[in-house]
Amino acid sequence: MATKINKLLLLILLSVLSIAGFASSDAHTVQEEDLDQESVFNPGEMIMHHIGDSHEWHFFSTTAFHGTIPLPIIVYSAEKGFSVFSSAKLTHHGAYDGYKIHHERIFAVDAAGNENTAVKVYDLSITKNVASLMISAILLVLVFTAVAKGYVKNKGKAPSGVQSFFEPIVAYVRDEIALKMIGPKYERFMPYLLTIFFFIWFNNLLGLMPGGANLTGNIAVTLMLAITTFVITTINGNGYYWKHVLWTPGVPLPLRIIIMPIEIIGMITKPFSLMIRLFANITAGHIIILSFIGLIFLFKSIYIAPLSVGFGLFMTFLELFVALIQAFVFTLLTAMYFGSAVEEHAHDDVDHGH
Amino acid sequence: MLNSILLDGLALAGAGIGAGVAALAAGLGIGRIGSSAVESIARQPSESGKIQTAMLIAAALIEGVALFGVVVCLLIALA
Repeated sequence: MATKINKLLLLILLSVLSIAGFASSDAHTVQEEDLDQESVFNPGEMIMHHIGDSHEWHFFSTTAFHGTIPLPIIVYSAEKGFSVFSSAKLTHHGAYDGYKIHHERIFAVDAAGNENTAVKVYDLSITKNVASLMISAILLVLVFTAVAKGYVKNKGKAPSGVQSFFEPIVAYVRDEIALKMIGPKYERFMPYLLTIFFFIWFNNLLGLMPGGANLTGNIAVTLMLAITTFVITTINGNGYYWKHVLWTPGVPLPLRIIIMPIEIIGMITKPFSLMIRLFANITAGHIIILSFIGLIFLFKSIYIAPLSVGFGLFMTFLELFVALIQAFVFTLLTAMYFGSAVEEHAHDDVDHGH
Repeated sequence: MLNSILLDGLALAGAGIGAGVAALAAGLGIGRIGSSAVESIARQPSESGKIQTAMLIAAALIEGVALFGVVVCLLIALA
């Protein structure tokens, strides 16, 4: 067991080091070299490629064939306006329509075919993560319209079909999260709480599917979720909430002046920690699973395979659990912040002194 | 040249040590929460639901702080 842990630690160290190397070397498109010539396997690159966003949806590659789905590329630059074309046309080797791709970044090219960094290119492409977001949105709408229809059809009767699967989960979010954390005013927050719970859960699970995009492990997505929570908390904050933030009752005056900036920073760190928690948990889970699989190719030995597949399987099951836990924790903490924003003034408050 | 390689190496080592300390501290914290929660549930099995919720909240807060540490280490390693 100790040697296994040692190997794991070594691998994680190696992958971190190679990630750093990958980030600092800016010379070549490494991915391109990897496919062209049978270069040495670099687990850091493989992992970063899998957890990152990309302009095409890559499933698998053999020496002769790449199983990819090309996605639309939408770029805007001041002089050329919008250009829309398929990502299959934008290969690593040549420019298309005056644009060139390098490390998943699109550059404009000049007459000689070199990258022209002076031209600002706005990349609005439907990338792998955006496509995955759209798929999950469609999936959520389909599933929950079916659930909602069930409530119309089975009014006053026992739930049926997909409705009977989601009813206990919705009831759990209402009773254990919203009602307990927010209190009597929970009802107007229920749509948002249910939306983020199922959005995060569905996307965590979709990310674990083979070929799935790492959507909830994308910091931009978690940033938007956290910002939504922050905005809803702030606009719903009542006088009691703002009084606690700006002029904390029950503490001496010199302390109030110190506490005020701390409380204001605290308003920002709460959504910030929500963003980092979801991003880091999901990304770390993907990295660990990919590290175990990468072990086989790193040692180039078939005897490593049962071990790493076993560990990988174990981690995948753990990630199935983490997918649910992270959705739950995000919803729970969001509900706690809403609860603190709408909490009513208690009459025997500490403000009256002891 | 050698100097810069050495400095990069030191930065990476610092990032690695920082990440390790963050993981260690988070492990200690979450381990203590877990042990207390299991003890409490053993004493009061009927209150297990409430204990679990409180446990998850505390674990999430500790994890948040630990992840801040990890992110800082990652920034050192990548910068």
